[in-house]
Amino acid sequence: MIPAAFDYYRPDTIAGVLEILEEHGDDARVMAGGHSLIPMMKLRMADIPHLIDLQAVEELNGIDIRSGEVRLGAMTTQHDIINHAELTTACPILREASLQIADPQVRYMGTVGGNVANGDPGNDMPGLMQCLDAQFVLVGPDGERTVAARDFYEAAYMTDREDEEILTTVIVPFHGRGYAYEKQKRKIGDYATAAAAVTLTNDQGMCVAASIAMTNLSDTPIWSEEAGQALEGTGVDDDAVNAAVEAMLGDIDPQEDNRGPVAFKNHVAGIILKRAITRAWDRAEGRA
Amino acid sequence: MGKKMHITMTVNGKEEEFLAEPRELLIYTLRERLNYTGPHIGCETSHCGACTVEVNGKSVKACTMFVAQADGTDVTTIEGIGGPDALHPLQEAFREHHGLQCGYCTPGMITRARKLLEENPNPSEEEIRFGMAGNICRCTGYQNIVKSIQAAATQIEAAKEAAE
Ligand SMILES: Cc1cc2nc3c(=O)[nH]c(=O)nc-3n(C[C@H](O)[C@H](O)[C@H](O)COP(=O)(O)OP(=O)(O)OC[C@H]3O[C@@H](n4cnc5c(N)ncnc54)[C@H](O)[C@@H]3O)c2cc1C
Ligand code: FES
Ligand code: FES
Repeated sequence: MIPAAFDYYRPDTIAGVLEILEEHGDDARVMAGGHSLIPMMKLRMADIPHLIDLQAVEELNGIDIRSGEVRLGAMTTQHDIINHAELTTACPILREASLQIADPQVRYMGTVGGNVANGDPGNDMPGLMQCLDAQFVLVGPDGERTVAARDFYEAAYMTDREDEEILTTVIVPFHGRGYAYEKQKRKIGDYATAAAAVTLTNDQGMCVAASIAMTNLSDTPIWSEEAGQALEGTGVDDDAVNAAVEAMLGDIDPQEDNRGPVAFKNHVAGIILKRAITRAWDRAEGRA
Repeated sequence: MGKKMHITMTVNGKEEEFLAEPRELLIYTLRERLNYTGPHIGCETSHCGACTVEVNGKSVKACTMFVAQADGTDVTTIEGIGGPDALHPLQEAFREHHGLQCGYCTPGMITRARKLLEENPNPSEEEIRFGMAGNICRCTGYQNIVKSIQAAATQIEAAKEAAE
């Protein structure tokens, strides 16, 4: 498996990256951990004459915990997330989800920036970030802008990011005690057949806020406002959970592939979402 | 396009310098250019872990890294971990506990296990299975691999205590 030839660049500043992107336009691409991009290049599904390695850009590193939010530099790896104690205290769902991505070797290399910028419906972080209402900071020739994760995904591998922009930071608001990331996969290291990210806020036994997103069940992640609303104002009893699942099943659009036919995927989606809601609510009520 | 790059890297403590196309995969650099044939190619698609090496202290699948990315790094392969004259405790334990059958996955297993024990010197069976999940074995059924890693962990800890 030999990818097409390319010129290799390793700039050490964001400005340096943008300069190369501007010069070569469509023919240039950035590479973070390379664990989505290199497999595509080896299959010759991506041909990138000018490859810009981000590994030396210090500005893209760092986990910055502020009041009420965390700022993850784009080059933060899944391994970094898993092993950062303060981050886990502030935003435990990031660790819970990262542990369910790929395998140890991949997690040393795979970055949060690459995972959310990639646009593959199988990636776990886009749905997670939609659930958490994260913001993505992009920098391009015209300066900086911020896009909500919920507005970022257009179709498979199509995002709101322009070719000459790079993603620098993912801003994640803190979430409360009621959270869960649940994923069904064929084996460790596999992408999701279905995965659900759920956060719930409990006020004296009543769910007062709910956010639910699912992964790999459409050509983009699906954040279902209606599914969340089905839980709000309830005690998260069976009827409410079933209503949330119904709402989500109405919003997803799974396709038949090597992970199964449509009916199976809808079935798995329902089970995974129920498990995620149950675990999130148990935690919200202090039972887990 | 695709012009050759001047690459320097340290492999098993030895400084290496050569010209290579950036698209060369690190596994080929190691096996064919530098003759470190310990790391194997099982799948070439990032799934099996037979090609696992250490790059700057990370367990990496060498089939999923360009040589250009590894420019300036410190690489360790199974050859740098131990050999016939001085087996690493993990190698000793794999031999003792039948942690291998055909041996194809073994260099990757041991290279990964070494890093795992560095990060978690006293892992439970569950932690071993989770930490080794990037390495596939078609022969052993994993039982004896887990046993070997547990035995090596005990051995390494005992040696550390004896040294103190
Ligand atoms: C065996 C295997 C199993 C895997 N399983 C899973 C899984 O279960 N779940 C999952 O979510 N992922 C999985 N992955 C993918 C892995 O998590 C990737 O590492 C991740 O999706 C991409 O991160 P990266 O840093 O490697 O990005 P790269 O591969 O370097 O880049 C991916 C894309 O994003 C772009 N990009 C990267 N960084 C930026 C940036 N800062 N700004 C703009 N564009 C950028 C690149 O140009 C490229 O198009 C798996 C990968 C492998 C090899
Ligand atoms: S050969 Fe690299 S993971 Fe299989
Ligand atoms: S011993 Fe044969 S593949 Fe593991």
